[in-house]
Amino acid sequence: MANIKVDGQLIDVPDYYTLMQAAEAAGAEIPRFCYHERLSVAGNCRMCLVEVKGGPPKPQASCAMSVKDLRPGPNGEPPEMFTNTPMVKKAREGVMEFLLINHPLDCPICDQGGECDLQDQAMAYGVDKNRYHENKRAVEDKHLGPLVKTAMNRCIHCTRCVRFTTEVAGISEMGLLGRGEDAEITSYLERALSSELQGNVIDLCPVGALTSKPYAFHARPWELSKTESIDVMDAVGSNIRVDARGREVMRILPRVNDAINEEWISDKTRFIWDGLKSQRLDRPYVRVNGKLKPASWDEAFGAIAKAVKASAGGNRLGAIAGDLAAVEDMFALKGLMRALGSGMTDCRPPMSGIDPSMPRAAYVFNPTIAGIEEADAILIIGANPRKEAAVLNARIRKAWRQKGTPIAVIGDKADLTYPVEYLGNGFDALTDLVEGKGKFADVLAKAQKPLIIVGEGAVSHGVALTKQIGRDTIALAAKLATGPAVAEGWTGYALLHNAAARVGGIDIGFVPGKGGVCSLDQLGLARKDELDVLFLLGADEYDLDYTGKTFIVYIGTHGDKGAHKADVILPGATYTEKSGTYVNTEGRVQMAERATFPPGDAKEDWAIFRALSAVLGVALPYDSLSQLRAKLYGEFPHLAALDQIAPAKLDDIRALAKAPIKTKIATYSSTVADFYLTNPIARASAVMGECAALSAGLKQAAE
Amino acid sequence: MLADKDRIFTNLYGTADWTLKGAMARGAWSDTATFIDRGRDWITNEVKGSGLRGRGGAGFPTALKWTFMPKVSDGRPHYLVINADESEPGTCKDREILRHDPHHLVEGALLAGRAMDAHTAFIYVRGEFIRERQHLEQAVQEAYDAKLIGKNNKNGWDFDIVVHHGAGAYICGEETALLESLEGKKGQPRLKPPFPAAMGVYGCPTTVNNVESIAVVPEILRRGGAWFAGIGRANNTGTKLMCVSGHVNRPATFEEALGCTFEEIIEKHCGGIRGGWDNLLAVIPGGASVPCVPGEKIRNAVVDFDGLREVGSSMGTAAVIVMDKSTDIIKAIWRLSAFYKHESCGQCTPCREGTGWMMRVMERMVEGRAEKREIDMLFEVTKQIEGHTICALGDAAAWPIQGLIRNFRPVIEARIDAYTYNSTSEGAVPSIAAE
Amino acid sequence: MSVRRLADEAIQPKGFAFTAENLAWAKKKMAEYPAGRQQSAVIPILWKAQEQEGWVSRAVIETVAELLGMAYIRVLEVATFYTQFLLKPVGSRAHVQVCGTTPCMLRGAEDIRAVCERKISTEPFELNKDGTLSWEEVECLGACVNAPMVMIGNDTYEDLTAESFEALLDKFAAGKGKDVTPGPQVERHFGAPEGGQVVLLDKPTAKRTYTPFPPPAEAPAAPGGKPDAQKPSK
Ligand SMILES: Cc1cc2nc3c(=O)[nH]c(=O)nc-3n(C[C@H](O)[C@H](O)[C@H](O)COP(=O)(O)O)c2cc1C
Ligand code: SF4
Ligand code: FES
Repeated sequence: MANIKVDGQLIDVPDYYTLMQAAEAAGAEIPRFCYHERLSVAGNCRMCLVEVKGGPPKPQASCAMSVKDLRPGPNGEPPEMFTNTPMVKKAREGVMEFLLINHPLDCPICDQGGECDLQDQAMAYGVDKNRYHENKRAVEDKHLGPLVKTAMNRCIHCTRCVRFTTEVAGISEMGLLGRGEDAEITSYLERALSSELQGNVIDLCPVGALTSKPYAFHARPWELSKTESIDVMDAVGSNIRVDARGREVMRILPRVNDAINEEWISDKTRFIWDGLKSQRLDRPYVRVNGKLKPASWDEAFGAIAKAVKASAGGNRLGAIAGDLAAVEDMFALKGLMRALGSGMTDCRPPMSGIDPSMPRAAYVFNPTIAGIEEADAILIIGANPRKEAAVLNARIRKAWRQKGTPIAVIGDKADLTYPVEYLGNGFDALTDLVEGKGKFADVLAKAQKPLIIVGEGAVSHGVALTKQIGRDTIALAAKLATGPAVAEGWTGYALLHNAAARVGGIDIGFVPGKGGVCSLDQLGLARKDELDVLFLLGADEYDLDYTGKTFIVYIGTHGDKGAHKADVILPGATYTEKSGTYVNTEGRVQMAERATFPPGDAKEDWAIFRALSAVLGVALPYDSLSQLRAKLYGEFPHLAALDQIAPAKLDDIRALAKAPIKTKIATYSSTVADFYLTNPIARASAVMGECAALSAGLKQAAE
Repeated sequence: MLADKDRIFTNLYGTADWTLKGAMARGAWSDTATFIDRGRDWITNEVKGSGLRGRGGAGFPTALKWTFMPKVSDGRPHYLVINADESEPGTCKDREILRHDPHHLVEGALLAGRAMDAHTAFIYVRGEFIRERQHLEQAVQEAYDAKLIGKNNKNGWDFDIVVHHGAGAYICGEETALLESLEGKKGQPRLKPPFPAAMGVYGCPTTVNNVESIAVVPEILRRGGAWFAGIGRANNTGTKLMCVSGHVNRPATFEEALGCTFEEIIEKHCGGIRGGWDNLLAVIPGGASVPCVPGEKIRNAVVDFDGLREVGSSMGTAAVIVMDKSTDIIKAIWRLSAFYKHESCGQCTPCREGTGWMMRVMERMVEGRAEKREIDMLFEVTKQIEGHTICALGDAAAWPIQGLIRNFRPVIEARIDAYTYNSTSEGAVPSIAAE
Repeated sequence: MSVRRLADEAIQPKGFAFTAENLAWAKKKMAEYPAGRQQSAVIPILWKAQEQEGWVSRAVIETVAELLGMAYIRVLEVATFYTQFLLKPVGSRAHVQVCGTTPCMLRGAEDIRAVCERKISTEPFELNKDGTLSWEEVECLGACVNAPMVMIGNDTYEDLTAESFEALLDKFAAGKGKDVTPGPQVERHFGAPEGGQVVLLDKPTAKRTYTPFPPPAEAPAAPGGKPDAQKPSK
């Protein structure tokens, strides 16, 4: 700790604090453009200048100088800094003037208008006179791809975008070319950026130089209603803000949550919103003579009731929950199925090695996302975190940048934005590690905080995996995570899910109940006509081509694969249209909130099941969402603890490690083929489609 | 004034053999092993006693800078980086060392390296000095071949020298920009702290010195720091390479004792001012970055650090640019503004935006197409840049204009008056509008 | 400094490969820097490529980037930052770099430039009719006592007048640039004053005598009272 006087006020701060942090600790505000706490310090905008005593006799950039760089006074007095002296005021006004001389005054047509740092700070620190009589600089706009729009006249050369893409996103594609006043920001030959996190530069750009291309000129910030919510594009559970105008979602922005996404979101999270509007199921449909016909809710329910009545019931009725289902929806559907006497429920991908009998620690990311930074060795099995959980991948990259954490991969060979030791894609690579063979085995053996990331591709529907392989993978991973060197309190076993619904579904037991079978087996039964009715709750990621004569009820939002196979379609609500609980891959319970209403006749999914249950004569015991939640929390108390993670027990992992291994051969690969197209909303999004086409093209060009 | 026997750079004009053989005949590489043997502190003390101040422009005491290097290594190697980027307009002294006395530098590098426990020196030569670099490279190779440097050399201090070069960027003379450039990046200055002595090239302790600062070290050790300290005034000791360009009768580069008057120097080495002393308008005494001094003030000024400060300027690199009364002083300074605008690295706001602004106002002032209140505004703009930037290029860009306004304001005003007087109802001056 | 971009795609060559000799040179250069710091060699290697090709093309940038394990954009940043890298082809017989900074300007650089505008092209970097010559104005080349001066290829030509420069340029245009002796174009030895040296007239020797420091004075009698530790009293 060190003492420093800020504007005469004595405070005590850690000595590594920058002057800017110290000033903030003392309640003094310091303007800035280039500084960003999650990026390296550039110190180039010069807006944060302060006066110091005990340092050089000119204003100092407070973002770049730390408290320990200041010398105490001659008699040991604490060093002093000032944020409000005439010297500081003049310095700020000067910098502000320089920033504005070449900046176009086009705020009225700028998408950043209303949320522009330059605009705000010009008001606060600028001088209201224009002494610059020369021509303003004209800078050509740059093409950066379908997501980021540029207006380079506005660029103030803060290099946040360059630093973000290089440091956090891990793509060295943007740079500052040339020099002096002609320096310009661009990507290499104006090629589209290849990062899944590139949209974050829009937030980072303090001016309107980089804005959202899809959002361009659609709305002004002050017209939007803002809803704090949770993203469901992957199992990370990024915190987001959904901005809507009327019934339309206009954009999605990140919210800061240091435990999860810091302040980043993936491009799928950010730009998905056009997919919320297209190919929507906005009314029920019933298949008549092989053709889906619009129907009323009563007609649809009637058709379902008929099919259920015609069935022998019980386990001849099945239900599979898809990747985007909220806990409440699955709870209601599970309630309905059980009321109908069926144990046929599952929310896991085909052939999952995650056995419902396993403890919770077996299927969550125990060390937590923030905990990645603590790991001293990382092994990734059967996952491509860059595509499956882009924001989490940035955390792995951060760990590597900070500490040079050694990282190895078993699975697909891919550019993960950090160097890895590639150990192959075979099961043998994993057994070698367990047997202590190879260099990385030594690294793991010595690691006090090993992090073993097991991807969905390693425990389910990967290339020809069986449940046993998945279980064995879990056992071996648990073993690697619980070696003798492991530090007290560290639980390094981490399951990385791909779907927002998964952990919540398993948590509430949306897995096979009495007499029930897993999702793949349900589809197998359907194929053999041994299943009469199958409820698909937004389940589009399964192979639905062969479902025999089974009567399929699809409850969902988009005209995707499931809807095409359906005999009855019940239109549901997307994550932005309902309040719903999601448990992320860490096991963290979060609540998404409604930002808009579902379109047309669509309804919240839990309400659909409640209504249907009455028609089927097994009315569920709640009439409102709060009643449903009361029941839910009664059964599963941990779900009431929002934003929290029920801690895992290391012994549970140790127990997992004891399972006998039967597998001889297997290969691992990621389950996400195309980052941009992993769910029905994404597939409905034109923007995501464009990105997918572009990245496929890029890949082709590179090959 | 300096006698030939006290000259360090005895082949300044390239009249003799500059290679190892010739250099040795002039005393280079004698007793080097003894100096190495006496160790780090001895070398540092001798240089400290000589009073040598950095020859790269800022005049920081050289030995003191060396003592900032860690006393014991924490495992990271120490590096000596020699700044041969010489790009300050008016300056062409290091060029003569590189091409005509390169062994002074090679030997100096070894000795200075010893004084900071460095086993490697990088010499960063500006890209345009191609022939100069070739000489230096040859000299380094000769030293390797003669086992004067390298592993297990005769002098007893393992030492490698890497000759590196730039490709046209004045800013790479700034020491931290130079380090960036040496690391294979754009030459954009780094933030300080951390200072190079704590974290320099490749994150290791580094000292950056000018070519001349290092090249004089062997002679200082051979003749004694006391000898060097005996030349010039207190705090302004030693000999110095100077380059006089512009309107003198015979522009030249030469080595002279510090502490002579301006007039003495010009008369002796350059044959006087073109058209006589009455024809002298102004002098920029220390390379482009320092303020100009009006002729009447400079004539009797003492040419050393303190002497030139007394006349409101500074010694800089001792590159003297002389302007006689035929000079359009506004234009001469405008051209420097253009230089700084061209050379700004573009990193920090005041310099990136300010250098262009200043140049454009200066451009108008050359024509007189300005308003008189803009003179004060321009002065204020220079003040907004000075001291607000990451490196000193901002200051360097500001000072020439400040010098102009302080000393030649009436000239600017007269130009503006003339423009207004000549203007037509359209506001343009016919002669200029016709261009 | 104006905006520096890669040349138009239309004139970009398909590829670039170092000659075996240059590649060996580049590898050797890379080895001069500490392990893992090969990026340090980017300027020298780009330079070598420019020597080989005459200018820096996109293919050069990508080849050098791959050689050094750098991202393309990082090499492009370097190529556009440093103005000696020529981003498009220049005159085959001479690309004249006229120093235009104040010391040269004071002694007639504008006249030299005027010759270029008249004899080569009014615009910098534009080739003359037969593609043999081009010119640009550059900043101080560090030969100010020999102003005005130009640089062509690896050599400087100093102490010029409009007439002597024009004659020199004609020689280059005729492909006889090699006949011109670089350096001062007047009777003058490098940086020595015209008309002959006024110093360094004694023949230098290797003899040196060491002057020890006088013993420290008892009570330092520095004026102003503050003893100056750094400065031994004379
Ligand atoms: C813009 C700028 C350009 C500079 N150019 C040079 C240069 O070309 N050569 C040089 O030796 N020092 C130059 N310097 C000074 C160096 O930063 C540094 O102070 C010097 O190399 C230290 O050497 P010395 O202590 O031996 O003088 C420059 C400084 C600035 C701010
Ligand atoms: S584009 Fe925006 S983020 Fe990038 S340097 Fe310019 S102002 Fe900064
Ligand atoms: S915020 Fe400190 S210089 Fe930009």
